[in-house]
Amino acid sequence: MVVTVAMDVPEAARPWIEAANPTYPCLIDRSHHVADLYNMVNVPQATWIDEAGHIVRPPENAGSSDAFRQMDRVTKQMAPEQVAERERTKKTYIAAVRDWVLKGPASEFVYDAASARARLSLPDAAIAEAHAHFRLAQHLLGRGKRDAAAEHFSHASRLHPDSWCIWRQAAQKDASGLAAGPEFWARVDALGDRPYHRPIDMKGI
Amino acid sequence: MITVLYEQSQTHCATARAAGEDLWIGTHELETATGWSMKPQGLCRLDVCVPVPASQAEDYVAGDAVNAAAFWRRMGNPVVHDGAREVWVLGTSASHRGVSLQSLEAPDFALPDLGGVTHTLSEHRGKKVLLATWASW
Repeated sequence: MVVTVAMDVPEAARPWIEAANPTYPCLIDRSHHVADLYNMVNVPQATWIDEAGHIVRPPENAGSSDAFRQMDRVTKQMAPEQVAERERTKKTYIAAVRDWVLKGPASEFVYDAASARARLSLPDAAIAEAHAHFRLAQHLLGRGKRDAAAEHFSHASRLHPDSWCIWRQAAQKDASGLAAGPEFWARVDALGDRPYHRPIDMKGI
Repeated sequence: MITVLYEQSQTHCATARAAGEDLWIGTHELETATGWSMKPQGLCRLDVCVPVPASQAEDYVAGDAVNAAAFWRRMGNPVVHDGAREVWVLGTSASHRGVSLQSLEAPDFALPDLGGVTHTLSEHRGKKVLLATWASW
């Protein structure tokens, strides 16, 4: 079963969901509650949950790569080797999901409880407070209180600078709905050697 | 009227009064908004009770009202509000989230699809679930 959660507002998510026309549930999480519960910081992140409701792969980047950082920022074009890296990462991740679906606990991609626990990323107090500010900001924005919302979005981002979900949800979007303007790239560049999508422990990635 | 945001719920609390960083709410309404209720042992939810500190009881309880903000902070939970003190988030601490994740029981939630139909994670119990996030931005 696939359950997708859009860290997004319904009006922005709608065209994507309608175009994909999927058979599985596509849920909308305006308040990023799932990011709060699972300590997620970016999209796409995913977690694998077994039939008993147990996490067998903790939340992690789900098949995206940092290849986009090398793209030409004017033409939005990527070199063939970067496109290839992006495709390889995605295919490897999806193949691992299929392996788990077929083999269950025998899949080499599933962790036992101790390993799963060791790989969890846990929130700290600043992150918990950031989610409270984000929740407040989305509530205020939904009632047209843009200035008050902006204050709490900004507070949330300061408390939880690693969250691209918080920053990009609040950021100015371009005509195609992307928060991918100069401020985004400045923030990406400021990462330096640190990843945008944290690398995951999976053979082939 | 003050609005209280707690986990995924949103409750308009007619009895709520804000004063500085305090948020006083009638016990019945607090229970409606958060599931936390006053008992002889203190403020309780499920099998957890937070006692009223004996030396500062008046900061926590006054008649039929409790200072939800004071209790929340005592539990280590974040409390945030807007400038007008009309909207309060009674947040959840990192340690509570952490303990929940470390149990490896996937935290449940209820969210709408585009048609407004609410789905929960737990309704898929018995199947493997790939819980995947995305966004348009």
